Amino acid sequence: MHELQITEGILNVVLRHADGQNVTKIVRIHLRVGELSDLADEWIQRYFSYLSRGTLAEHAELAITRAPIVLQCIECNASFEIRRESFGEAKCPQCAGTRMDLVSGRGYFVENMEVQ
Amino acid sequence: MSDAVKLIEVKEDIQADNERVARELRARLAARKTFLLNVMSGPGAGKTSTILRTVEALRGRLRFGVLEADIESTVDAERVAACGIRAVQLRTGGLCHLDATMVAQGLDALGLDGLDVVVIENVGNLVCPAEFDTGAMRSVMLLSVPEGDDKPLKYPLMFSVSDVLLVNKIDYLGLSDFDIAALRERVLKLNPRIRIFEISAKTGQGIREWADWLGGEVESFVEAGARTVRA
Repeated sequence: MHELQITEGILNVVLRHADGQNVTKIVRIHLRVGELSDLADEWIQRYFSYLSRGTLAEHAELAITRAPIVLQCIECNASFEIRRESFGEAKCPQCAGTRMDLVSGRGYFVENMEVQ
Repeated sequence: MSDAVKLIEVKEDIQADNERVARELRARLAARKTFLLNVMSGPGAGKTSTILRTVEALRGRLRFGVLEADIESTVDAERVAACGIRAVQLRTGGLCHLDATMVAQGLDALGLDGLDVVVIENVGNLVCPAEFDTGAMRSVMLLSVPEGDDKPLKYPLMFSVSDVLLVNKIDYLGLSDFDIAALRERVLKLNPRIRIFEISAKTGQGIREWADWLGGEVESFVEAGARTVRA
């Protein structure tokens, strides 16, 4: 699994943003993760806790929210959100079409962080 | 400094670096008209055998090189090289996928002179490779009949990001309860634009149709590049 690379990415990003900001400690990191990601929150946190030892982000809590899957109907171009359970069973709310392109629902995005 | 908590806005995509490297790699390859194909599947679906069949089917039409990625071992690269195909083995050292930086390093080691197509044989895994842009022009996934027709339900992202699905080991179909119609329906719901070919890397069934499609893709890519250069 790729927890290591993703959590290393999170750590690099937050340390870069903390640099020069007079930060003594990163307390909480708000992370948005696409619903299609197979990484479990608990494991992202465990890897992060391990990797962040000895850095400003040591003991930081990851506050993870899941970003919904966004689809676009090939027939009528309407965009709409669905949950993971409905992925593959989605119907366009506008024209009831069943052919969709995936617009978003992947990826890892650091929104902001609480620091002291 | 007080203990007061303050908020720092970050707004940064963790994979932005990889995506930038992937875009640059794609542009560099397009400029020199080298087509990069990313092949993904679970372990044992038949990636290496399918690549060898594909190269054989397009011999005389396109010149291939292969980047083999494995967590350990060099057996795949040895097998490919034994068939007279230029190959490099990337050992990912425990990493479950390839990213664009690793692919770029692999291409440097391989050398692109005299090659029309480079095939990346990604790490055997239906989860992680789906999340990382390799810089390829097209991504192909293999699903073999013994793995079962329920895989789109378990690994939706892989089916969503692939341009082509090769259903391999189709010669096993009669021996199993694999429902090919149900598979097609599940896959097309996730990705209505995906192309599906039924193949057997063992018997050669369906390889011609798939290889012709790939040959056409590569040739239109080269022509499009030539038009851009002229313009």
